[in-house]
Amino acid sequence: MRLEYFEMIDKVTLFDADAKRLVAAARVPKHSPVFEGHFPGHPLVPGVLLTETMAQASGYLILGLNGLTQMPFLMTVDKARFRTFVEPDADLVIEAAVSIEGSGYAATKAKISIYGKPICDAELRFRLMPFPADLAELMRARTAAIGLQPEAVS
Amino acid sequence: MSSTFETVAGIISETCDIPREKITPASHAIDDLGIDSLAFLDIAFAVDKAFGIKLPLEQWTQEVNEGKAPAEQYFVLENLCARIDGLVAAKSA
Repeated sequence: MRLEYFEMIDKVTLFDADAKRLVAAARVPKHSPVFEGHFPGHPLVPGVLLTETMAQASGYLILGLNGLTQMPFLMTVDKARFRTFVEPDADLVIEAAVSIEGSGYAATKAKISIYGKPICDAELRFRLMPFPADLAELMRARTAAIGLQPEAVS
Repeated sequence: MSSTFETVAGIISETCDIPREKITPASHAIDDLGIDSLAFLDIAFAVDKAFGIKLPLEQWTQEVNEGKAPAEQYFVLENLCARIDGLVAAKSA
């Protein structure tokens, strides 16, 4: 993870297009300016960044399924629960599954765990829109960097 | 259609915080109720879940934007509910 650059996913470990499910891994950095403020002397990953991590895993899942034909933008966060703290150097497992594929939107359920221990979960929704200029190429490079092989969409 | 309308009106009221009594079958979702595209996606999500269908919102929007269909055809609630009924019937056929 590079918290300051919003690169929350290190690697996709499973992408199951049939099950519409993705599993990813991320290691929280030992040091980050984020921890200087959250909180001084007691570094914890902010809940908003855990939400972003779940959103990115969901977003990559959607991109994998739609073959990077539309960009998912986070629209709604429902039922977010933060069950325990996340400290620096933690190994996160992020899971996301599509619950509804709508027209112009997609809904997912996502969760994060550490060695099987639940950390947080939420139900997320994304607006699907045409890619803004150049973003498709950037996302294509990013999906390749984290090991995601999108579905070929005709 | 009446029970479909009741369900849809309830969804709109709850999703968009619009008093239920302001929502009638003749209401235009955009012009009369002021529902924007993002809020309509919330409504579509709730409708899809409630009826087990997939509202073809992108297709409708494209048709309206290209002038191939009047917005009333899809966004006046009695018309929207008729289309929902049609999608439900097609699904169970």
